[in-house]
Amino acid sequence: MEELEMTTSAIQEKEFDQKVDFKLWKRLIAYGLRSKGLVITTMIALLVVAAVDLVYPLMSRYAIDNIIAPGETSRILPFALVYAAAVIVQGVGVMLFIKNSGKLEMNIAYDIRQDAFTKLQQLSFSYYDKTAVGYIMARMVSDVGRLSELIAWSVVDLLWSGAYVLGIVVIMLMMKWQLALLVIAVLPPLAVICVYFQKKILKHYRDVRKQNSKITGALNEGIMGAVTTKTLVREERNTEEFRAETGRMRKSSIRAAVLSAMFTPIVMCLGSVGTALALYVGGMSLTAKWTAIGTITLGTLATFISYSTGIFDPIQQLAGIFAEMQSAQASAERVITLIDTPCEIKDTDAVIEKYGTSFEPKRENWEEIRGDVTFEDVSFAYKGGEKVLEHFNLDVKAGQTVALVGETGAGKSTIVNLVCRFYEPTEGRILIDGVDYRERSELWLQGRLGYVLQQPHLFSGTVRENIRYGRPDAAEEEVIAAAKLVHAHEFIEALEKGYDTEVGEGGSRLSTGQKQLISFARVILADPRIFVLDEATSSIDTETEQLIQNAITKVLENRTSFIVAHRLSTIRSADRILVIRGGKITESGTHSELLALHGYYYDLYTTQFRSDAVSRIMTEG
Amino acid sequence: METTEKKQKRKPVNYALVGRFMRGSARFFVIAMIANLIAVVTAYIVPVVTSFTVDYVLLPFAEEGYEAGGSIPKFLSDIAERMGGQSFFINHLWVMGAALILVTAINAFAAFLRRTYIAYAGEGIAKNMRDDLYYHLANVPFDYYKHVSTGDLVQRCTSDVDTVRRFIQNQLLEIVRTVLMVVCAAVIMVRIDAALTFWSVLLMPFLALSSFVYFKAVKKSFTAADEAEGKLSAAIQENLTGVRVVRAFGQQKRELDSFTVKNADFRKKNLRVNDLMAYYWSASDAFGYLQIMISLCVGVLFAIRGRISVGQVLLFVSYTSMLTWPVRQLGRILADLGKATVSLGRIDEIMSAPLETEPGRALTPEIQGRVEFKNVGFMYEDSTEPVLDGVSFTAKKGETIAVLGATGSGKSTLVQLLQRLYTVSSGEILIDGVNINDYERHHLRRSIGIVLQEPFLYSRTIMENIRIVEPEADKERVYEAARIAAIHDVVTGFENGYDTVVGERGVTLSGGQKQRVAIARMLMQKAPIIILDDSMSAVDTETDAAIREALSGRRRAATTFIISHRITTLCRADKILVLEKGRLVQTGTHDELIRRDGLYKRIASIQNMLEDELAKEEGGIA
Repeated sequence: MEELEMTTSAIQEKEFDQKVDFKLWKRLIAYGLRSKGLVITTMIALLVVAAVDLVYPLMSRYAIDNIIAPGETSRILPFALVYAAAVIVQGVGVMLFIKNSGKLEMNIAYDIRQDAFTKLQQLSFSYYDKTAVGYIMARMVSDVGRLSELIAWSVVDLLWSGAYVLGIVVIMLMMKWQLALLVIAVLPPLAVICVYFQKKILKHYRDVRKQNSKITGALNEGIMGAVTTKTLVREERNTEEFRAETGRMRKSSIRAAVLSAMFTPIVMCLGSVGTALALYVGGMSLTAKWTAIGTITLGTLATFISYSTGIFDPIQQLAGIFAEMQSAQASAERVITLIDTPCEIKDTDAVIEKYGTSFEPKRENWEEIRGDVTFEDVSFAYKGGEKVLEHFNLDVKAGQTVALVGETGAGKSTIVNLVCRFYEPTEGRILIDGVDYRERSELWLQGRLGYVLQQPHLFSGTVRENIRYGRPDAAEEEVIAAAKLVHAHEFIEALEKGYDTEVGEGGSRLSTGQKQLISFARVILADPRIFVLDEATSSIDTETEQLIQNAITKVLENRTSFIVAHRLSTIRSADRILVIRGGKITESGTHSELLALHGYYYDLYTTQFRSDAVSRIMTEG
Repeated sequence: METTEKKQKRKPVNYALVGRFMRGSARFFVIAMIANLIAVVTAYIVPVVTSFTVDYVLLPFAEEGYEAGGSIPKFLSDIAERMGGQSFFINHLWVMGAALILVTAINAFAAFLRRTYIAYAGEGIAKNMRDDLYYHLANVPFDYYKHVSTGDLVQRCTSDVDTVRRFIQNQLLEIVRTVLMVVCAAVIMVRIDAALTFWSVLLMPFLALSSFVYFKAVKKSFTAADEAEGKLSAAIQENLTGVRVVRAFGQQKRELDSFTVKNADFRKKNLRVNDLMAYYWSASDAFGYLQIMISLCVGVLFAIRGRISVGQVLLFVSYTSMLTWPVRQLGRILADLGKATVSLGRIDEIMSAPLETEPGRALTPEIQGRVEFKNVGFMYEDSTEPVLDGVSFTAKKGETIAVLGATGSGKSTLVQLLQRLYTVSSGEILIDGVNINDYERHHLRRSIGIVLQEPFLYSRTIMENIRIVEPEADKERVYEAARIAAIHDVVTGFENGYDTVVGERGVTLSGGQKQRVAIARMLMQKAPIIILDDSMSAVDTETDAAIREALSGRRRAATTFIISHRITTLCRADKILVLEKGRLVQTGTHDELIRRDGLYKRIASIQNMLEDELAKEEGGIA
């Protein structure tokens, strides 16, 4: 969680500098209104609770004026019964509103997360390329949690506090309006002070959080760089610097604590002025020193005193909600922005009509894929960036293998992304089997691509579930056959529970090589016509390396393949090699053709040959 | 998530450690506690002021029927009489109003001091904990980090520290406050009327008991909810990191379905917690009010019978309602105490790891650079396989020693031993004829510059990184070092030049750039011995050669150890060591080794293999 906090801290800067944007909140409150029944019952429960809360002081007044004064012992029992009834009503009310508000909170969170997750399944890769996973996680988990809590419970508080304050004011006015006005006079300055303090306090706590994430960062660095620190003999100095950081943390924490320590006492003092006024003026009237406001009973005075002390709490709460909303404004904005992010790649209505959406595909209308891929005068630029491809033409026949080589960041993955329609050309067309792929649905193509990443990604679950990922309905024999084909079967069988072994989050319980093999089996089972492979650069042990090599050969058979290639054997056997430098294709041809050029490919090949040989010798020992 | 990770056996509290963390904060505690006492007492006086006003001043004027004269505490009526009795107060009713404001103000001020000083205490302790942990982690032996995970350590230093701090700042005070309140209330109430006191606390034990039961019961649900949250987060995280796979297999619908299940489970588990909360708070609320009702009714009865005054009834009702809240919270305090103890135990675990020690004479003479390994062996404590075995060689001052070996042959361990990151198991290493164990370790390490294959840069500017050992060093010297490391031109090409921040919060450097910055950093050390542990692997061959050229051209050439696979690097060395499974199998110069079978020769022959291969291709075309 800390880490998430860190990535978002920069974005939270602008918090507080803004007014409450009611339009934004209306959107969020609309999520609450989806559970109308809950909202209504909560409101009723709350009003009942507030009403009973108001009645308690009146009960005391009744006891003083109507039981003790006349000495009516017989009224005690009925009084007790009425009181008990009030207690029960209130208890039920409290229970209902906590239950319902909680439900409301969880429903809001559920709905927002559901919407956001659905959105995330549709957003194009341009979004993912510029948005860190940590950032999205923070939106999905903490922001949504904070907002749903705020909406559900603040509305509750708002309602309760509002009703309670209003009730007190009305009752006091009815009992003795002159005295009531005196007490009420204290409220406006109180409200102003409350809002001021709450805002300041929240701001200070944000500073504390920021400082805290700095400390977390420093700790992280201290631990990750422990060896370096030792070799550079920086222990003392690093500790000193860390101390300065924790010193700042202490300072800002104490500042925040002092401020909030001041808040309640100030409210109490101001409140006591109201109570003292009530006591004084009420007392003067009672003793008939003053006649300006008429006479007053002892019970009424006692009631006034207890109301005037009871009114400050809800005022504090009201101020708190306002300040809280202001500080959560940024969260609200970020969440709504996520839900509203437009998808850059979208199927047209006509395409959806025929082929269905990603969630409800109409597979019966899908054409088979043969695997011819054609780039027709394709240009491409990342949003706001330079052109990466310009008037690029390429014709790949079904079953051919294209190897893409070149330095990291040169644009190899751009071509792959275009083939997969993770991005679309800014100019020109890409044809699959002779048809512009934009005339078919995203899922039509992507649902039947084979794709193996450099860092193979597995999902938590069993080995079997992972192999079946692309075809959940595949039979057991097919799973095993696929695993056997890529020589993954042997090691899977050797695992503790065979195919039922849990791979852990992200496949963390398996080695990289094992993950690779499973991801190949996954592709084999899905049996795509078009296959995309981003080869791993890091070398694994020779034995696994050999297995992977064999697996790749198997996967490439009869499939149109695009490979971001690093292994010489893969490169050598490709039907076509494209050398990409600075976003342009500089050399193109077969292995022998390119070697004969004595150009960039030649250098690349010889360097690679040497380092391959070294690492082979090194690992063999 | 927190709770599941903290599900550990509770360690007994290490009071010595607590005392150590408390240093400098004890007085804040004392002040906070005194303020606490004043706050509690004045809180009880506020209702007394009103009740006094009612009984002593106003009651005689009330309408018919009120029983006059209650039993006001004697000391109060004494003071009142001395001030002029009832008539004084009737004529000066403002005094009562002022008294009310005054007492509230004192109470408010005490409450302010209490929270302020407990913050001083809590934050002071938190700072001590963080500082001590950091210092400790910086000074544990190198191999400590082999057995721990960064995430876990960071969590202990942050959230565990925070759990303890929160307990001190919130709960500790609360415990004292509750005890004080109960005692104060008991004293005042019993003095007024013992029987009514009994009735006013009748339900309190039940309230306390139910609080314990509830907080115990809810713990399980909390854990379940936390786990559900963990699963939800994991599901989102996995979907996001695997988004390419999801799309490539067209599994959006299935992902959404499986997310929906987890989202719904999260809601369900949280609702369970919420429901428990709803039942407990409503029931305990009701109990509290029932208790007030009992006080009120019995008080009313007593008032009618003339045992106590109306003001005292009001007083009892106020006290009763003041007591119910802390009593309802008792269970929570206990639950938090448990959490804080566990956290303290986890902190204690770090603090009890032994620190690096100085086994020898801790000498600090200027080191010249002659290195001698005498039959050096090394074995990890928990293993029986030696990593190094009987390694002996000598490096004269200023010589370059190349080390070659397959993965796991022990080359890195060899140079780490030289820095005393590990201690040799057998044999000895001498520098200038002195056993390295007899050097003061910081002095030794300062005299040996090392660059690792994957160097770690601090997230600061490049300038700060390069001159990290000597922050006041002249910029010209930094540029000079950067030039030797062939990174100067790269850095000046950055938008912010040397002020470019690297690492997590800044730009990401490529592996080769990082290695070169680390070389520049090492050069600033002016060490007589330098170690390049495969530290130019990501630098291209030409730059590698240029750097080595610049290095050897320096005025005072250092004794240099180079671990590398590059034949161009190896062949220039004065001596080449070939390691195999921890043993030194070959020693010699390029000319000697090229003639003997072995690893060196095999590496050297790669160029021939390549030429054969290319010839074959060309033949293929022809």
